[in-house]
Amino acid sequence: MKNPQLDADGRLKHLLSIEGLPKKILNQILDTAESFVGVAEREVKKVPLLRGKTVCNLFFENSTRTRTTFEIAAKRLSADVISLNVNASSQSKGETILDTINNLIAMHADMFVVRHAQSGAAHFIAQHVPSHIHVINAGDGRHSHPTQGLLDVFTIRKYKPELHNLRVAIVGDVLHSRVARSEIHALTTLGVPEIRVIAPKTLLPTQVEKLGVHVYHDINTGLKDVDVVMMLRLQNERMNGAMLPSVQEYFKTYGLTQERLALAKPDAIVMHPGPMNRGVEIDSSVADGQQSVILPQVTYGIAIRMAVMAILAGGQAGGTQ
Amino acid sequence: MNIVIKNGRVIDPKNNIDKQLDVYVAAGKIVGVGVAPTGFIANQTIDAANLVVCPGLVDLSARLREPGDEHKARLISELKAAVAGGVTSLACPPDTDPVLDEPGLVEMLQYRAKQQGLANVYPLGAITRQLQGKALAEMSELQTAGCVGFSQANIAITDTQVLWRAMEYAATFGYTLFLHAEEPFLAANGVAHDGEVATRLGLKGIPSAAEALALASILRIAQETGAKVHISRLSSAEGVAMVRTAKSQGLNITCDVSANHLHLTEHDIGYFNTHCHLKPPLRTQRDKAALCLGLKDGTIDAVCSDHTPVDDDAKLTTFAEAEIGATGLELLLPLTLKWAQQEKLNLSAAIASITCTPANILGISAGNLSINSVADICIFDANTYWNVNVNTIKSQGKNTPFLGWELAGKVITTIVNGQIVHTRSLDD
Repeated sequence: MKNPQLDADGRLKHLLSIEGLPKKILNQILDTAESFVGVAEREVKKVPLLRGKTVCNLFFENSTRTRTTFEIAAKRLSADVISLNVNASSQSKGETILDTINNLIAMHADMFVVRHAQSGAAHFIAQHVPSHIHVINAGDGRHSHPTQGLLDVFTIRKYKPELHNLRVAIVGDVLHSRVARSEIHALTTLGVPEIRVIAPKTLLPTQVEKLGVHVYHDINTGLKDVDVVMMLRLQNERMNGAMLPSVQEYFKTYGLTQERLALAKPDAIVMHPGPMNRGVEIDSSVADGQQSVILPQVTYGIAIRMAVMAILAGGQAGGTQ
Repeated sequence: MNIVIKNGRVIDPKNNIDKQLDVYVAAGKIVGVGVAPTGFIANQTIDAANLVVCPGLVDLSARLREPGDEHKARLISELKAAVAGGVTSLACPPDTDPVLDEPGLVEMLQYRAKQQGLANVYPLGAITRQLQGKALAEMSELQTAGCVGFSQANIAITDTQVLWRAMEYAATFGYTLFLHAEEPFLAANGVAHDGEVATRLGLKGIPSAAEALALASILRIAQETGAKVHISRLSSAEGVAMVRTAKSQGLNITCDVSANHLHLTEHDIGYFNTHCHLKPPLRTQRDKAALCLGLKDGTIDAVCSDHTPVDDDAKLTTFAEAEIGATGLELLLPLTLKWAQQEKLNLSAAIASITCTPANILGISAGNLSINSVADICIFDANTYWNVNVNTIKSQGKNTPFLGWELAGKVITTIVNGQIVHTRSLDD
């Protein structure tokens, strides 16, 4: 099967999932992002790489952070940006995904940033657009959220450059999490030797160990001596049902507190893709504490998204003239 | 019209024939195999040299989409597909719109099917009204109207009390219940086998345990009630093992597997190929191997096409939202032959699983070339490969995971009731 993300020469054509991307491309994106970090600190926060291009943010599912950072990233690259909340318009009128896409292509969109509640939506769109159009997956169902995975490893690399010598724990609802899947693929591809997932059995997918992770059900054991703690958001709808009995019990058994964080290495960093549920998966004192890098994650998210768009549009690393 | 089919390799598993013989047809019946009846004069001679002449195929599950879903397929298009695939008799599940739970609907369907003069259609009536799993449908009335058995299609009877009563009632009259084993709560919203691939792709899984649990209830209640039960479309190694044990204990059950599941696994989903969104889901390599072996050792009795034509738009979406099913009538023969070849079985064993055995399960007299039986005959070329694509498939539904595959087994001529209803040249 042909990798739908790469062109015939092995270059990135769409960013749909971290899985299946070679280490070389991940590093290319991370290194390119590095060169964009500085752009935000300049007085003129713009580079002309995407001038004349139209980026279309197509959100079939709600998002604030991801959509906004994609918008900022595209604007810093001088693209024209359209953001559509499709939930509120076409889909409610019964228009199919492809019809929506084709209409936007007719308006000469060059790049689509897509979020959708169904796994595989970005792949589906990528399979049906003309070859000059690029698709970036901004989250599809439980499947993938590649720019989040990339910005997370970018953040880790900033604080812990020796990736081949790290122990990383991912804590929480892995079952429903596209973020966790993307993080795991990014970390394994980049050679992180030990990845742990920590969660009750109800929140872990079948055969999760096949993704290359070690499974822990006890958070105290799982956090021992880790360098990075990546927390996952617990969706409201999972909180009181057959998955988990209550928020209180979840916080008691899996919430990240100062005491638990102390089990990790003293210089361990704490990450969260947001939006956080303070007091559910993470204690406020940890979220706002010394070891938290949650806000830098957001900042780096812009550089990563700029890098992905620049690479897709053909502008390679170092485009910060 | 009198037809003689000359020089073909006649394979008639029911009568233990595998030999080059001539077959004589007159007045819609087989009147001679090997020996011409006295005074036989042929109006038409079919030269079947290098071809196999076998009974017309019998398919245990083919959706024709009428009534109610004519935009997906029409009776005429699917019956043409059937005979193009050598299928001369087929059972259709009751999940039409409206549901086949009233005698009038069954009579109408049969009348319309007969008018086409193509394959014979044997409706399976609904076990419960509207397939809701609550009140029993009028089984006796439906049987009088032409139903050869009763089914819930893909919809489970969740209430075991109702399942029990349905089996008791069916057993009273000796009717066969065709049941698909899937525990609906465990399978809720699932779209793929609950395993490695679903985990990677972020698809909601259906565990093998959903089949095993449902099967446990069905087998236990069948044992209690003495009902004749046919398990439709087994999908897991565990399911095969359970049926094997039940059969060895003398339970009166039969079962089938879809041709898709003999050749595909969860990995064929690839990058969300919606043609692989099937019910039951494609499972692991190990499950596939167990299904192939179960069919070989007789645990699984028959292969069905599970023919489910779907319109293009319904597959042109995300995996979970895509409509379930694959077209299959024209692939039943080639996929069964492929299985037999892989298992190093002779053609006769392959053909039995799609002719006389399913005919027995349905309780119909088709599926053999006995003297005086109805002349439903399939003549095919076992060695020529053909490419599965939207142009070679006659069914209105072009949805199949096998698009692009090269398969051996090309139906050259199909005869129903002594009439030639399909013919194509060897190099067509």
